[in-house]
Amino acid sequence: MSDAKDPQQGAEKDPTQATANSDVLGNKAADAAADKGDAVEQPAPVVAGPTTGTQPGSVIDRETGERLPAAPGTAPDPVVVGERRGMFGARDTGDTTGYGGMVSPILFPAAAVRPYGGFFDEVADQLERALVGGTASYAEAVERVVVDRGEMTLFVRREHLPAVARVLRDDPALRFEICTGVSGVHYPQEEGRELHAVYHFLSITHGGRRVRVEVTAPDADPHIPSIVETYPANDWHERETWDMFGIEFDGHPALTRILMPDDWPGHPQRKDYPLGGIPVEYKGATVPPPDQRRSYN
Amino acid sequence: MSTTTGTTGTTGAADIYATSGADAAASEGAHVFNSTGGDWDQLVDEAAALHEERIVVNMGPQHPSTHGVLRLILEIDGETVTETRAGIGYLHTGIEKNMEYRTWTQGVTFCTRMDYLAPLFNEAVFCLSVEKLLGITDQIPERASVIRVLLMELNRIGSHLVALATGGMEMGATTVMTVGFRERERILAILEMVTGLRMNHAFIRPGGVAQDLPPGAIDKVRDTIPLLRKGLHELELLLVENPVLKGRTVDVGYLDLAGCMALGITGPILRSTGLPHDLRKLDPYCGYETYDFDVITRTESDAYSRLRIRIDEMYESLKIAEQAIDRLQATPGPVMVADKKIAWPAQLAIGGDGMGNSLDHIREIMGTSMESLIHHFKLVTEGFRVPPGQAYAAVESPKGELGCHTVSDGGTRPYRAHFRDPSFNNLQATAAMCEGSQIADVIVAVASIDPVMGGVDR
Repeated sequence: MSDAKDPQQGAEKDPTQATANSDVLGNKAADAAADKGDAVEQPAPVVAGPTTGTQPGSVIDRETGERLPAAPGTAPDPVVVGERRGMFGARDTGDTTGYGGMVSPILFPAAAVRPYGGFFDEVADQLERALVGGTASYAEAVERVVVDRGEMTLFVRREHLPAVARVLRDDPALRFEICTGVSGVHYPQEEGRELHAVYHFLSITHGGRRVRVEVTAPDADPHIPSIVETYPANDWHERETWDMFGIEFDGHPALTRILMPDDWPGHPQRKDYPLGGIPVEYKGATVPPPDQRRSYN
Repeated sequence: MSTTTGTTGTTGAADIYATSGADAAASEGAHVFNSTGGDWDQLVDEAAALHEERIVVNMGPQHPSTHGVLRLILEIDGETVTETRAGIGYLHTGIEKNMEYRTWTQGVTFCTRMDYLAPLFNEAVFCLSVEKLLGITDQIPERASVIRVLLMELNRIGSHLVALATGGMEMGATTVMTVGFRERERILAILEMVTGLRMNHAFIRPGGVAQDLPPGAIDKVRDTIPLLRKGLHELELLLVENPVLKGRTVDVGYLDLAGCMALGITGPILRSTGLPHDLRKLDPYCGYETYDFDVITRTESDAYSRLRIRIDEMYESLKIAEQAIDRLQATPGPVMVADKKIAWPAQLAIGGDGMGNSLDHIREIMGTSMESLIHHFKLVTEGFRVPPGQAYAAVESPKGELGCHTVSDGGTRPYRAHFRDPSFNNLQATAAMCEGSQIADVIVAVASIDPVMGGVDR
């Protein structure tokens, strides 16, 4: 799906290093409001406007779209990560409700606009400062920043993950001592960035700050550098993510299966891996296994 | 237990269950001895006759003192352990995968089975994460939060009691085990009264809890706390100054602060290094900031200090439980979020045929309101939709930081639910704690980690 490119494109001109511009402008639907209004304080309701009506697979036109001033943590245009069809999970037959043809985009929170609010600005500033002189600048390493539900997510380009992790741990102003592991997520519809590895960091020094780092890799080249060197605690977590998603963590000391048997074919948590199970017969009727049952989506 | 000097690679190449090539090559000509208990003399003589210096012992996965199906692969030189590896995965049940095929509410029923000694923590962390996704964290009724705190603290005592009881049993102190399990029964009786089940409660639900406390529950908790305090004291007397126990645990399983930080260790192991790290204080949830309790720390960083921390933490949990029941008496009110699009439509009640939807609710949906019936049906079969995004919630489980990362794609089922179980992470410390020590100390060190394999393997 071409939507997949969207986040990356957005990243190029991502306003993470942009200031708290109150005249950074928003998407098309909001233009009128932005032109008329001197200061648009509430961009949030506008968000879903231009995207919900679009054809499946279309991308929000961000080239011409302008950006609204966003309240801390709100995102001017959500990222379309997929689409939802129908309401009842019926694919072929049986759905006579008329809802079967309904298509709606799945919108994930998009890049946040400064100020992020809370300690997030400080973390971003300090990370930007700490990365100076390293292998990659902040702009190169961090694709975009998402602030959602009181949590900060740094989308880091995979080749720069070790450098970012090192700085997150060692810089006194950041000092995220603990990495509470990596969790994989598989988005088969996001072309070129199907596999996500999501790291959560905790700073005890700075009173329980948490930050999330998300790294993506394409299915065709499922490699992400290991951060076991910096966070030895991630040893088993990375093995689990390899086991479950097939993400190869380059530089891991012994990347072997950990939960599944050594000779297990496939990676069970991927979305293309079936749940398994057998149909159960009860009083003459057959109940299909859970992943083949008709269910709401 | 099987004592091996490697595995023999005799199986054919076509066999998919054969050991991998590297293993087969490394163990060429190695000798395998199997022992199923009984007389070891013959075995030892046989092994000694080979003059083999490197002996690899598979401890587990069926060994009773490895806390379930943990497999420890020990390389030993005499009685000294030179290398330790932990093999896990024998209890992997695909809970995270299964949760992707059930509604958000049904997910609770799965995740409660992970760390089966601390089921309420699993439920709580999942619900906190879902509530964060829904954006209703602030709308959870006060009474629901207090019930959660009460149940979690009672559960913490139960989990610590099992840690001490099985730890004692593994060292041969069966009285410790019987006292520990006897006291745990009191807690299980309360949990059974409140939730209906002794384990796997599925009681904490997104939006609140399944049901208000039954009549008499507060009195029962109030009556039980002094008994528990007495039982804990008995356990304390049995353990704390016991010379045999101290001989087995003092300076055993040592892991200092730097080691804990590097390995991401949390919970009693981290607190035994002197760092007062407790998420209930650092990053409070469910209103923990309003309760009066202390974070117990010690500085010896060994198995004995972890044991002492667990004992003292149980007293702190009793303090919190007492405050919670005082509040429960003072704050009546709903136990489920007010949003009818999320809240489970019915409260349970005892009827003529046992526990079920309350008669009032049945009367309403079957007799008076078609809309209520539709709403009930839709919410129970379809579930509620959660706005797309991701959230991470963490609670201080008896073993350390229990985290839950949930991702929603806007549907009625989790797109992904991942649990960061403290036991899974903490087991990585086995090698650091055991290498260089004696085989007997391995048992003590693992017991001081208190792994629960249901949580480790999920």
